Amino acid sequence: MFTTPQVLIVGAGIVGAAIARVMARADCDVVVVDRGATAGGTSASGEGNILVSDKGPGAELRLTQRSLRSWETIRAELHHELPGDFPGLELDYKGGLVVATTDAGAKALLEFAETQRDAGVIAEVVDDARAHELEPDLTRDLTAAVFYPEDAQVQPVIATEALLAAARHHGARIRQQVEVTGGIVEKGRLVGVETTAGPLRADLVIVAAGPWSGAVAERLGVSLPVRPRRGTVLVTSRMPHRIHRKVYDADYVGAVGSGSADLQVSSVVESTAAGTVLIGSSRERRGFDERIEARVLGALASKALLLFPFLADAQVMRAYGGFRPFVPDHLPIIGPDPRLPGLWHATGHEGAGIGLSLATAHLLAELIFESTEGNEFRLDRPGLEGEL
Amino acid sequence: MPEGSATTVVVIGGGPAGMAATLAARRRGARVVLIEAGDDVGGQYWRHLPETRATADEHTFHHGWERFRTMRSAIVTDPEVELILNGHVWSVDRRDGRPPLVHVMIGAADGRRRQARTFDPSSLVIATGAHERTLPFPGWDLPGVFTAGAAQALAKGERVAVGTNVLVAGAGPFLLPVVSSLLKVGATVAGVVEAAGWPQITRGWGARPWRLAKASAKGVELKGYIAEMAKNRIPYTVGSAVIAAHGIDRVEEVVVARLTPDWSPIPGTEKTITVDAVCVSHGFVPRTELAITAGCALDKDTVKTDQNQRTTVPGVFTAGELTGIGGVDLALAEGEIAGAVAAGGAPPPAAVRRRKTFREFAGRLDAAHGIRPGWQTWVDDTTLVCRCEDVTAGELRDTARMTGSRGLRSLKLTTRAGLGICQGRTCGRAVEEILAAAVGPDGLLDAGRTAHRPLAVPLRLGELATTGEDAG
Repeated sequence: MFTTPQVLIVGAGIVGAAIARVMARADCDVVVVDRGATAGGTSASGEGNILVSDKGPGAELRLTQRSLRSWETIRAELHHELPGDFPGLELDYKGGLVVATTDAGAKALLEFAETQRDAGVIAEVVDDARAHELEPDLTRDLTAAVFYPEDAQVQPVIATEALLAAARHHGARIRQQVEVTGGIVEKGRLVGVETTAGPLRADLVIVAAGPWSGAVAERLGVSLPVRPRRGTVLVTSRMPHRIHRKVYDADYVGAVGSGSADLQVSSVVESTAAGTVLIGSSRERRGFDERIEARVLGALASKALLLFPFLADAQVMRAYGGFRPFVPDHLPIIGPDPRLPGLWHATGHEGAGIGLSLATAHLLAELIFESTEGNEFRLDRPGLEGEL
Repeated sequence: MPEGSATTVVVIGGGPAGMAATLAARRRGARVVLIEAGDDVGGQYWRHLPETRATADEHTFHHGWERFRTMRSAIVTDPEVELILNGHVWSVDRRDGRPPLVHVMIGAADGRRRQARTFDPSSLVIATGAHERTLPFPGWDLPGVFTAGAAQALAKGERVAVGTNVLVAGAGPFLLPVVSSLLKVGATVAGVVEAAGWPQITRGWGARPWRLAKASAKGVELKGYIAEMAKNRIPYTVGSAVIAAHGIDRVEEVVVARLTPDWSPIPGTEKTITVDAVCVSHGFVPRTELAITAGCALDKDTVKTDQNQRTTVPGVFTAGELTGIGGVDLALAEGEIAGAVAAGGAPPPAAVRRRKTFREFAGRLDAAHGIRPGWQTWVDDTTLVCRCEDVTAGELRDTARMTGSRGLRSLKLTTRAGLGICQGRTCGRAVEEILAAAVGPDGLLDAGRTAHRPLAVPLRLGELATTGEDAG
């Protein structure tokens, strides 16, 4: 389709960064613009999840499995593209342990794990003894547990900055504080964008603005069903490592798949390399409302204590919130916009954007350079009928 | 259930501003809930020994001690004032068009069985004061290096001297009462080193000095300190700074150098002074986290207010250091105005006049002693900046260079600077300024983020869980 197009990427989060690197490596002329600073939005607001455990069989799981393979090789690749003292990605294949504490939760979890195994996910049902070997301080009140050794964690901001720095190494330009204000359309085709720093022309404009993608698309003259879904995370002070995996209560699986606007909380508890413990996560659809409320923090704390009673004495020193890019059918939107030639999307990963970023970039490159046939993430898919 | 009624003014902070606000609100007939994090009211300015260990010489440690006694007595004896001591406001829930809910954990910070309460105020006065600001220098993490405020608190609150031979350094008139307190608890003061040079000081204080006559009580207070220093033959050096501290297990000597007008050390002027402790303070940073969480707009690092001390959030007022570092007299005047208006009254004219006088004093304080950017040149790449997370100036500068990011959030998360237990209260401004200088002339795009702390104090997860149940 294209040989070496001029590419303009809107959004300097991890998805835009991964695309910038792949396109710059393919000798394209790449410019990334962000209205703010690099890694300043959703990529800086999450735990850094690279998860298969929360995904049932289907397109998103397949993309995740593809991304897992890319994460395995990324460190070696970046080694050649970054200065030796660039901060490490803190990529840790710690595995995930999903725990049910009710009989109903146990049944749902075990059934879900079986479907995942059929799709090639390693999902080991573990007994109490094994669960407590994996997590000695885990609650004794569990009804089922499944271990997912493929689940991993990465420091999402460092990963974003590393991908951007690598893109720059291959010739990409990163322009911060440049906001897209409109599209430049010639003969029905998008040939560039108007920005606060003047017009920027490009063969391809790729919107990778996470939860703000809907607003960017609107400025370019099209609607996009991407909306913010609020999340809040608690951070404890440093403590000796007593939590070794990513540990979730089984409700997490249901909360991700739900479209409800109301507050939902399920526990996701894990340690970071720095020694803090992160406690997520809430899901709530209420626009770009940045308030952090005591009721949400309290609910997060209560749920975490069900998994790890010893955390009752842990000092919580910080709370922060962010917005996930939510799409009604819970699949990212990756590919060209059939309504406006020249416009492409790579957005809507909800809470999975860190993990999916690398495969998203590779998929997008295939769609650009090879073929868009059979793309499961296309905008005009049946699941989004009536949303455009 | 949140507590409150149509006429409940909640005041956060029991320092001079909060005390004045409480009394003014009471005079207008409002019920007041005064929440103070310490063991008693008085704040940093009137920090004192607890009642159980009271001494006859307490008044010699303070200015305006009688005034404090009178105000305190009026507060503690008034049944319509609910005074909550050891009350830690950990968050406020912003709401549309009215003051936020105020969440308090009551009891000693490390205590068990603290009580959680939530207030629904008709008006809220935020008077949370300021953090001390100390610029980093090589060796500032050695034992024996104190902030001047810590030395002052130990002297006033415990009658303990931080050393026997102590150098006091930094900027601003606050260094002088620290000297006074150190002398009272038996320390020898080796000298006072002020970073501002005479040109900065005289230009700052000197313009139209007759306008300052109304603030003459301040002048008398300063004159007293200067006389005390002369009597004790304490050398006072201006235009100089402690640029390094050395020692094996604790500070043994400090290096003092002369500074250019922008506070860059002048090579060749270094002198070594033997000490067993050094107290350093370069001013104060308003403690704005609760105001920010409440949704109040800021002007740089101070909270925006109108002439009635109203913030941009309906029903939320602020007074004291949050509006700009101005000291006790300004805090008292602003507190009185805030409390009166918060209770539905008019601003007392006398307080309005005093505020005008002492605002001018505050402006001159900043002009005369405000931090100048050259301090970064004494911070070499090995200097620790964030002491909680062990981040050096070199790591900050390298990360800014390698990533090219202009985002404070990104740079902090990459380096971990300011993410430790103090949440950047000690290092935050230094981290921001070092990064701002490192990212180039266009600066950071999200400067000021350090002060965003939705959790204003740490609390235990178990306590937070209980709050969740209450809030339903």
